[in-house]
Amino acid sequence: MGLSPWTRRDLLATFLAAPVAAASCRSGAEPPPLPPGELIGPSVEVGHRLRDGFRPEPPADGWVDMPVVIVGGGVAGLSAAWRLERGGLDRFALLELEPDLGGTSRAGHSDVVAYPWGAHYIPAPLKEDRALVALLDEMGVLEGRDAHGGPVVAEQFLCRDPEERVFHRGRWYEGLYLTAGASGDDLAQFETFRAATREWVAWRDGRGRRAFGLPIASGSDDAEVTALDRLSMADWLGARGLTSERLRWYVEYACRDDYGGRLEQRSAWAGLFYFCSRVGGFDDEAQPLVTWPEGNGRLVAHLAGVAGERVRSGLAVTDVRVVGTTIEVVAYDVAADAAVGFRCDRAILATPSFLTERLVAPLRDGVGPRRDGVPYGAWMVANLHLRDRPRLRPGNFPMCWDNVLVESPSLGYVVATHQTEQDRGPTVLTYYYPLTDENARDGQQRLLSAGRDEWAEVALADLSVAHPDLRELTTRVDIMRWGHAMARPEPGTVWPPDRQRAAEPVGRVHFAHTDLSRVALFEEALYHGVRAAEEVLAASGRRVESLAL
Amino acid sequence: MTQFSLVIGIYLSALGVGAWLSKFVTSNIARIFIEVELVVALLGGTAAPVLFLAFARVGAFSLLLYSLVFAIGVFVGLEIPLLMRLLENRLSFKDIVARVLAFDYIGSLAASILFPIILVPRLGLIRTSLLFGLLNAVVGLWSTWLLNPLIKRGLTGLRIRAIVLIVLLCVGFWKANALTSLSEEGLYADDVVYATSTPYQRIVVTKGKSGFQLFLNGNLQFASADEYRYHEALVHPAMLVHANPRRVLVLGGGDGLAMREILRRPDVEAVTLVDLDPGMTELSTRFPPLADLNAHSFADPRVTVVNRDAMTWIQEVTDRFDVVIVDFPDPNSFALGKLYTTRFYGLLRARLAPGAMVAVQCTSPLFARTSYWCIIRTLEAAGFVVRPYQTAVPSFGVWGFALASLGPFEVPPAVPPGLRFLNDDALHAMFRFSEDMGPVEVEINRLDNQALVRYYEQEWKRWD
Repeated sequence: MGLSPWTRRDLLATFLAAPVAAASCRSGAEPPPLPPGELIGPSVEVGHRLRDGFRPEPPADGWVDMPVVIVGGGVAGLSAAWRLERGGLDRFALLELEPDLGGTSRAGHSDVVAYPWGAHYIPAPLKEDRALVALLDEMGVLEGRDAHGGPVVAEQFLCRDPEERVFHRGRWYEGLYLTAGASGDDLAQFETFRAATREWVAWRDGRGRRAFGLPIASGSDDAEVTALDRLSMADWLGARGLTSERLRWYVEYACRDDYGGRLEQRSAWAGLFYFCSRVGGFDDEAQPLVTWPEGNGRLVAHLAGVAGERVRSGLAVTDVRVVGTTIEVVAYDVAADAAVGFRCDRAILATPSFLTERLVAPLRDGVGPRRDGVPYGAWMVANLHLRDRPRLRPGNFPMCWDNVLVESPSLGYVVATHQTEQDRGPTVLTYYYPLTDENARDGQQRLLSAGRDEWAEVALADLSVAHPDLRELTTRVDIMRWGHAMARPEPGTVWPPDRQRAAEPVGRVHFAHTDLSRVALFEEALYHGVRAAEEVLAASGRRVESLAL
Repeated sequence: MTQFSLVIGIYLSALGVGAWLSKFVTSNIARIFIEVELVVALLGGTAAPVLFLAFARVGAFSLLLYSLVFAIGVFVGLEIPLLMRLLENRLSFKDIVARVLAFDYIGSLAASILFPIILVPRLGLIRTSLLFGLLNAVVGLWSTWLLNPLIKRGLTGLRIRAIVLIVLLCVGFWKANALTSLSEEGLYADDVVYATSTPYQRIVVTKGKSGFQLFLNGNLQFASADEYRYHEALVHPAMLVHANPRRVLVLGGGDGLAMREILRRPDVEAVTLVDLDPGMTELSTRFPPLADLNAHSFADPRVTVVNRDAMTWIQEVTDRFDVVIVDFPDPNSFALGKLYTTRFYGLLRARLAPGAMVAVQCTSPLFARTSYWCIIRTLEAAGFVVRPYQTAVPSFGVWGFALASLGPFEVPPAVPPGLRFLNDDALHAMFRFSEDMGPVEVEINRLDNQALVRYYEQEWKRWD
C-alpha cells in the first residue's frame, strides 16, 4: 500500500481499534495485498473554487429562457421535478454538477448486482405520507390498500427475512439488540426504553398531531416535543436511569446509523424520532423496511426517468440572482469550461444549506434566516465485490441484509444480493463508516486523510474480524468519501427558532432540501421537493391538490 | 457451555497434578523433559483426530474427552517445573521464573490468537491439532542437541523416537481429508459407498441390506426400499387430475425419482427439471445404482435439466406448464424457506397453463404439524385451491403433500393399474387426516417473515 503518511498499524489503530491493529499487524508479517478498486467521490474542485469566490459570467449569447430551473439533482431536486411534471408544468431544467443523480442516494452496479453508495432503505410509509405513497404507487411497489386504507407494499420489495444480525465476541446473533448474555436488568431497561418510545408514539398534541411524523412537518411542533431537542440522547437516557451498556449501544447504533454521531452528540428529539416516527398504522408495530439491491438508488432511478432529458448534468451553478421579476441562474459548464445562464420565472434551490447560502444573492446579502449554521457529517462508504460468500461457521446466525459488528466503529455492511434472492455465489457488500468526531471539521479532515488504499484496508481489516476468509474472497474494493454526507442533528440544531422560515421562498426563489428538516431522510427530501414544486405550481396559477400535507 | 468450562477446569487441575508429580523426578531431568515433550506431541497432535473418529462411535464420548484433556494437562504440567530445574544452575531464580513464565504466558496468548483466527479457519481443526503436535515433537528433537551435555546415554534412541513421531504426524497432516471421511462414516448406519462435496452440499450415498440411501448434508432424502411410496404419492395425483399433462415442470428432485414416475406417462411430451446442484443431477445421471433406480430418466430425450436456483429461474422464464411437481428439500434454512413463500407461489402461478395442477412436498404433518399447515395456508394465500394429503413412508414417517390448482378440482375415483403403491383405496385414504395431524392456526409464510423456517426449526428440534 502507498500508505504515506500512514503505517498500517497506525491506520488501523486510528480508524478501528488497537487490538484489531495488533492482530492484523503481527511483527514481520507482510501486509496482505489489496484488491484493486478506485476512489469514487463527489467533485470537490468546482465546489471549493466556488467557496473561494469563483463567479464566472456568461457571454451575451450564453443565455437561455426557461420557466423554472431546479438547482441540484439529489432526491429533493428530483422530487421537485417529479411534482412539477405531475402538476402539468413540464418546461423546466434541472441542473446538476455530478454525472450521477441522486446525491447520497446514488447507486452503482456490477455484472452481478446493483448496490448502494449511500442511503439504502425507507420504512414502509404510513398513509399520511401522501407524497411517498403516490411515488411508490407510481413505481408499482404498492399492491393495494389494507382495511384501514394503509398502503400495502408488495412482498418482494419488503426487506427479506432475516433482516439483521450482530457480531459480538466471535459470533453472529440474530437481531440488532444483543439478547445473548443480557442480564435481567439489561432486559428490564430495554423494556423501559420501549415503553417510553411507545408513549411517544401514542402522544398527540392539541391539534391531534403525532409527536414524530413522517414527513416531520406532519408531526407536532408543540413545545413539549421540541424541548427534547435541547437534550442529547445521552442526557435523555441518563435522566431515565437507562445505563445498560447493551441498550446504550443499541440506541447509539441508531444515532450512528441515521445521524452519523454518538449518543452525546445527537439531539434527543432526533434519537426518539428514529424510534417513534416509523411506528404506526393500526398494529402499532414498527413499519417493515422497503429496500432494493441498490438501496434508494431505485427511487432515484425512477425519479430521474421522469425528469428525463430535462436534466442537465456537468453544470455547477455559481450564482442565483434577482433581476426585477426574473431570476437569473448562472452555471459553469465544466466540460466546456464556459458559463451559461438561465433566465427563469422561478428557481428551486435543492442544494445543501451551506451551498444555498453562497449561491443565492439575496441570502448573501443577508435576507432571511442564515442557513449555513447546519453542521455537516462525513462518511466513508466502501463497496466490496466478493466472488463468493464468506464461510459460515457452525453455531452462527446466517448472513442477513444488515450485518453489524458490535465492537466496531463502523456500521457493518448490507448485502446487495439479499433482495435479489440470490443466496449463493458472488455478491457486493456495502460497508458504512461514519466519522463521528465531536467537531464536524475534524471528521472531514480525517476522512480525507486516508485514500482508496487506506480505506480499503480499514474495511477489510474490520470485516476480517468476523470473516477470516474475506480478503481471499474480495476481488475489488471501491471507496466513496462523502465529505458533506448529511446534516448532523446535534442538540439544539433540529428546532432552531427560524426553522419554519428557512423553508419559505425568498421572492421567486424556493427552497427544497433535507437540511431544512435537519435530518437526512429520503422522506424529508421528497417532502421538501414536492412542497417547493407545489409552491411553484400554485404561483403559476395551477390548481394543486397537495401531496405535501 | 458446561463442556467448555469442565474442559478448562480439568485441564487446569491436571497442570497442577503434573507440577506436583515433577518432584518425583530426581535424576535424568533433561532426558525426562524431552520424553515428556514427545508424549505431549503425541497426545496433543492426535487428540483432535481421535476425538473426531470417536465422536460417532464411542458411547462415553465425554469420558474420553475429559481423560484425554487430563492426560495432556498432566504432561504439560510436568514440563515447566522440569524446564525451570534444567535452568536452575545457569540463571538466578528470579530470572528463571521471569523468563519461563513470561514465555509461557506470551506463548499461550499467541496460540490463543493464532488458533481461532488463523489456524482453524485455514487448516481445519484436525490439521491444527496435528500441527501443534508437530511443533512439540520438533522442539523435543531440537532439545536433544541443546541438552546434549546433560543426557547420559540413549541419545540416538530418543532421536529416533522423535523422528518417527514427526513422520507419523506429517502423514496424518497430509492425509487429514481421509480422516474426515473416515469419521463421517460412523455417522451413518450403513456403509458409505459414495461421498462428495459440491459447492452447494455434501452428498453421501450409503448401502445396507435393504438397499441404499441418499443423504444431503446429513439429511435423508430417500431410501431405495420405500421411495416408491413417496414418489408415487407426490407425482400421480396431480397427473391424474389433469386430463392431458404434456408439459411438466419438476422443481428440485435432482435424484430423478419423481421424473421416473412422470415419464411413465406416454402423453408427457417435455419435462423440465430445475435443480440447483449440477453435482446432484450429474450423480443421478451417471452413478449406476441411482441411474438404475430413476430408470435412466436423465437419458430420456423429453428431459431438459436446468441447474439454477428456482427462485431466480422462475422470474426469467416465459414457458407454461400443465403439471408442476415441487420437490424441494425441507425448509431448514432461509435460502430454502424462500421457495415456500407467497412470493414464490405467486411467481409459480404465472407459469401455469390453464387447468394446471401442482403437487408440493410439504414435510411431515405429524412431526412438523405447524410447518405442514403453514405451507398449505401459504399456498391458499397465494390464490391456490388446495387439497392436503399424506401417506406413510417408513424411512421418513408420515409424510405430507399438497395438491393445488387455481380452480376447484376433484380427486379422480380411479388409479390406473401398474403402480406399486397407489391403487384406488390408497389414493382416497391419502386425503383423510387423523386427529393429531389436523389443521392448526399458522402465520402465512412470506419473504419478509420466513415464518416457516422458524416453525420448522422449532418442531424438528423436538425430535432430534
